[in-house]
Amino acid sequence: MPLKRNVSYWEGLKYKGGGPMWAWILHRLSGLGILLFVGLHVLASFLTAQFGSDAGITINIIYESWAFQIIVYFSILFHAVNGLRVILLDFWPALLEYEREAVWAEWFVIVPVFGLATYIIITKAFGG
Amino acid sequence: MQARRIPKILSFESIMWLFMRISGLAMYVFALTGLTIALIMGARTQMDMGTLLRWTFFPIGTHVTSSDILVLEQWINPFWTIMQYLTIVFATMHGTNGLRMVLEDYMDAGWGVHVLRGLLLIIWLFMLLVAFNLIQTTGAV
Repeated sequence: MPLKRNVSYWEGLKYKGGGPMWAWILHRLSGLGILLFVGLHVLASFLTAQFGSDAGITINIIYESWAFQIIVYFSILFHAVNGLRVILLDFWPALLEYEREAVWAEWFVIVPVFGLATYIIITKAFGG
Repeated sequence: MQARRIPKILSFESIMWLFMRISGLAMYVFALTGLTIALIMGARTQMDMGTLLRWTFFPIGTHVTSSDILVLEQWINPFWTIMQYLTIVFATMHGTNGLRMVLEDYMDAGWGVHVLRGLLLIIWLFMLLVAFNLIQTTGAV
């Protein structure tokens, strides 16, 4: 929905929305990231399967690097858990009173799950 | 804090609002179903994480043959083909509409919005066709 804002970029940065604001920003960024990641992957697979292009191989080399995997994993995990939080609070608006607590609860889920897989990815990448 | 106001009448925006939530939950169902069965399969063959994820989200032919899994029968049935079509439809719609929401937040109302929606519709249909083609041609599964 197009909005008319009379707030400048710098004014916007000063807004102290806290946890839910950062969750909103990260949700958008991770969503765009996933779209780019999956879109390029599907397109590359299509080019490889149909035209024997090397695009798939090039993209796979990037996608299989440990740093990229950590970023993609974080994006998908955050987007999924935060999305579930948004769905729950939207369908039960009474819970919106506890939105900040919900965002904290979200990080209590994300950090261990993300940390464990990141530990495995890094130890594997460096031959641990 | 006040609850976000949801339009009472059925508008494009309110339908997409509901769709984003339903497709989000649907993708939870697809991912957890795929992950559960991929874990059961992988337990026999010490499947690595990349393979596990390929099998979880999109077990098409090229994904499956690039993994050294011996037991393929469980994946060769219409159930997984239907799952892939559903995953693609929900994921591409969810993603395209998400992109539309983000972009329209930074646009003024006017003809530009309609141009953007037209472009995104074309991109979405293209992505659908490409993905359907992948399922059809490499879908040995």
